[in-house]
Amino acid sequence: MFLIDCPYCGPRQQTEFHCHGEAHIARPKDPDAISDAEWADYLFNRSNTMGVFYERWVHNHGCRRWFNVARDTVSDRILAVYRVGEKRPKVTK
Amino acid sequence: MADTATETSPLDGRAGSRADSAVIVEHPHLGKIDLRGDPGDTAFVDAVAEAIGAAPPIVANTVATAGKNSILWLGPDEWLLVTPEGNQGQAEGALRTALEGQHVSIVDTTDARTTIRLHGANARNVLMKGCPLDLHPRAFGPGQCAQSILAKADVLIHQLDDAPTYDIHVLCSFSRYLWDWLADAAKEFS
Ligand SMILES: [Zn+2]
Repeated sequence: MFLIDCPYCGPRQQTEFHCHGEAHIARPKDPDAISDAEWADYLFNRSNTMGVFYERWVHNHGCRRWFNVARDTVSDRILAVYRVGEKRPKVTK
Repeated sequence: MADTATETSPLDGRAGSRADSAVIVEHPHLGKIDLRGDPGDTAFVDAVAEAIGAAPPIVANTVATAGKNSILWLGPDEWLLVTPEGNQGQAEGALRTALEGQHVSIVDTTDARTTIRLHGANARNVLMKGCPLDLHPRAFGPGQCAQSILAKADVLIHQLDDAPTYDIHVLCSFSRYLWDWLADAAKEFS
């Protein structure tokens, strides 16, 4: 168990949250103009980073808001929490 | 002959807690209106204050109270107005009139949840058995609220006083389960 600092509610236990995978994946502007392979890449392929990973979380048992987290996938430490629409912060492990 | 509709509570006739230091009482049918708007817009804040008597609280996890109305913070642009039984229609009308033309959402959710009031010297100890919130007085006190989990059920907890007394708003469909869980959790204090 660890605490996650919801940008809206403050620190809450991990069980109140859900992780929804890699953040900052832009939907292709014109899906009809790209190949099936490119569309599949957008839908399914993720970077699976070892180290600092930027991912989307939702406080689904609290305020139900989405936000982004920078997490070290090796140590499982959360290095930064930031709101949707904000630029990804530079973090160091 | 047509039947007359009567309001029934989901916890009617349910055996309660025998612990004097952790009493549970249902407060069914409290009016509950979900309100959304932009707290940075003074027109919105002023209109709510005019309609309800209190402005929506901006500080997270806090409650603004005016007479028998309470406005509970749910999120950065969302609140729950809790008003006495039967008053929800009047309160909704007052909000709609005051907020006419504004980009807001006003939804009467009275029948979605019921309210279990947990009261007594061991009330905090009962909650702590199933809730991950930091309920220590230095972190959570009267006038504060939080949405969280209690025994795996989604709840909105509002602390009313130092007794302590908590109002636990829970979906009606979870209320029998949660009531029985609370009665069981309180057993060791009887
Ligand atoms: Zn939150």
